[in-house]
Amino acid sequence: MDVLASLGDGFVVALTWQNLLLALLGCLLGTIMGALPGLGPSNGVAILIPLAFTLGLGATPALILLTSVYYGAMYGGRISSILLNIPGDEPALMTCLDGYPMAQAGRAGEALALSGIASFVGAFFATWGLVFLAPQLVKVALLFGPAEYFALFTLAFATLGGIASTNQAKAAFAAALGLGLATVGVDGQTGVPRFTFGEVHLYDGIDFLVAIVGLFALSEVLIFLEHRGTDADVTGRKIEVGRIVPSWSLVRSCIPTMGRTTVLGFIAGVLPGAGASLGSFISYSMEKRLVDREGTFGKGDPRGVAAPEAGNNAAAGGALVPMLALGVPGSGTTAVLLAVLLALNITPGPLLFQNNPDVVWGLIAALFIGNFMLLAMNIPMVGLFTRVLLVPPRLLMPVVAMVSFVGIYGISGSSFDLQVMVGFGVLGWVLRKLDVPLVPVILGTLLGNEMEANLRRALTISDGDWSVLVGSPLAITLWVIAVVGFVLPILFGKVLKRRMRMSRDEEGALTD
Amino acid sequence: MSHPVTLKRGIAATLIVLGAATAAPAQDFAPESPECIAPANPGGGWDFTCRQVGKSLQDLGMIDKTMQVVNLAGGGGGVAFAEVVNKRNDQNDLIVAASTATATRLAQGAYPGNTRDQVRWLGTIGADYGMIAVAADSEVETLPQLLDMIKEDPRSVSVAGGSAVGGWDHLKVLIAAQAAGIEDVRQVKYIAFNGGGEAVTQLLAGSVQAFTGDISEAKGFVDSGDIKVIAVLSPERLPGEFADFPTAKEQGIDVVGANWRGFYAPGNMSDDAYNFWVDTIGKLYDTEEWKQVMAQNGLAPLDLQGEEFEAFVADSVGSITEISKEIGIIK
Repeated sequence: MDVLASLGDGFVVALTWQNLLLALLGCLLGTIMGALPGLGPSNGVAILIPLAFTLGLGATPALILLTSVYYGAMYGGRISSILLNIPGDEPALMTCLDGYPMAQAGRAGEALALSGIASFVGAFFATWGLVFLAPQLVKVALLFGPAEYFALFTLAFATLGGIASTNQAKAAFAAALGLGLATVGVDGQTGVPRFTFGEVHLYDGIDFLVAIVGLFALSEVLIFLEHRGTDADVTGRKIEVGRIVPSWSLVRSCIPTMGRTTVLGFIAGVLPGAGASLGSFISYSMEKRLVDREGTFGKGDPRGVAAPEAGNNAAAGGALVPMLALGVPGSGTTAVLLAVLLALNITPGPLLFQNNPDVVWGLIAALFIGNFMLLAMNIPMVGLFTRVLLVPPRLLMPVVAMVSFVGIYGISGSSFDLQVMVGFGVLGWVLRKLDVPLVPVILGTLLGNEMEANLRRALTISDGDWSVLVGSPLAITLWVIAVVGFVLPILFGKVLKRRMRMSRDEEGALTD
Repeated sequence: MSHPVTLKRGIAATLIVLGAATAAPAQDFAPESPECIAPANPGGGWDFTCRQVGKSLQDLGMIDKTMQVVNLAGGGGGVAFAEVVNKRNDQNDLIVAASTATATRLAQGAYPGNTRDQVRWLGTIGADYGMIAVAADSEVETLPQLLDMIKEDPRSVSVAGGSAVGGWDHLKVLIAAQAAGIEDVRQVKYIAFNGGGEAVTQLLAGSVQAFTGDISEAKGFVDSGDIKVIAVLSPERLPGEFADFPTAKEQGIDVVGANWRGFYAPGNMSDDAYNFWVDTIGKLYDTEEWKQVMAQNGLAPLDLQGEEFEAFVADSVGSITEISKEIGIIK
């Protein structure tokens, strides 16, 4: 068992007081950054790079600090999703769907604790996957050409039906709106700017974080302003925090979900360009297709909280596979980590495992340590987090607005982004009034770019021959899953719909 | 409130005068809070330029304070360029990372309303020469062979690169194709990916036949034997471990494509400050430590500062404008 021996050496490297303290610091800072809307894992890591350099850290301690921040932010993103319905970062988007309804139903503590456990499971097994499967998994990444990527993104969209909304037409409209927004910016395949109106800030397209913070956080503030002084404000949100430790039966009921979504998320993470957002998204929608017989997903189903959290944390681990084994970043955060490797004079690439085993295995060992720290840190802190719900909205909402503005300005240092954010805030408010779900808008924006780029890459390579899209067994498999995922619910939709209507009636009484 | 601030400023100013007087008597200027703008998100070449130079300058004691690195992404560097020109035009502590990509976009008018002469060009810290590679198991062994294939049937060869169409990775291939006598270079199939890493992955996956990028992007894959470099676009063979790669020139295709890395500064920077930065970058370039950084990152020598660099950038923008017109990227 060479691998285990190497991992043992890694623990020897990682288990020093300095490294443990750095991991603890990284986990703590990462959790906070993940929870703050606007600051995600990639910004969190980038912000701490100067700290790592100023402290004069060597390669391994620096990476330990930064990957702890990475994992910490993946944990932290869920907190604001669940408590405030504002995703802390892109991958935590899906956690809003069931996490917030759970919090509204007085189960915030359970949702936080359960998602913490799901995050741990996802990250823990993904790290084992990284240990044993990294070399083999690289081959999986190499099976994906542009045509396969296009099929994968289409699959993601085909399973989109039914997330977030009971009204399919509105969900489809929201997704189309997102796809439209994705076309803003310079088109890489021709170099032509589209819908930029000569504004250089739009050349790189719309930043997802700006869109998310505007759509979710600011629109929440606007809704609050609208209802100011009315009954809703006076009575406040009388939300109970509920129990903090979820019952064993609840956790047990989510175990199969966590298992499946860990695998799915991990694979999505391994593919360069897909990443954690796709991981949590596919995890959620697949899980909904599989187990949501009563139509409880989207209304506070614990499995709907466990699925995206296990998925996105597994994807975070998976994204380290192409980074370590190929030197190719699978996500924005791993791109930053790669840059750190370069700055520390380590050449990333296929030979990293051979040339710098101490760095690689020390890093992997640190991931295990950080993951346990995060679990230990997150569960007891659930009680603290849930206090946020006790803050009256008239105090909470100004803070949300402030954090949004500071966060977005802090990332880009551009007042233009603030204007875009406000624009998205108003758009979010209008969409909420029309009862259009917001999640598909972000998904459309997030996935639309890559989907289009890969379709056009595939067609350019094949000289416009569309058959290239079904040119490999993998592509065909993906198409079949997409079609089945799209058609089955239509065929069995009647049965489902009747059940859904029943449960909606019950729930309608609760929320309205 | 204003009192403590002015007091603090006063002390800081005094300290700087003292610092300048003791540490570097020849300099009339020392940056109070040195700042480097990387006009892209963390993780790219510009980010590397800022961070590595900032770190080295501080390690070597060439600046007293930590270089603040600010990532100002957007518009392929256009947002940062506009910000410097419009809002920070007279700052003396500010430098901005730039490269051939900056010159390319200036040449193609991709920074709306901005031109090369609105900023002051400081100096280079090295160059990353372009290269063209194929998969290790490819039948293609030389650059002329690849270009012949393109000449015969342009549809049979897809070339992947990390920049958008019209960007530097694309232009490199087109310049080579032009030099090889391919008349309508627009026929060359170029597939744009998000960065060199993704493009190399697609070369390994067999989706494309060739890869165009910089030496530093390919190094890891060459070491592992996954890809073979068929031509480096440098005037002569590169030193050290890169010496095995044949140049395009020695294969009869007279093309040089260097992605230089360097800095510009605000247009109204004082002469004292400008001289300080030119001098400091020049001195850094000459140190052993920097030579090591260059060797580790596959950067080749390119040592231009001050006026020389101004002329070089002007020249480079001019020639890219010409090529872009010829191949129809701009009118």
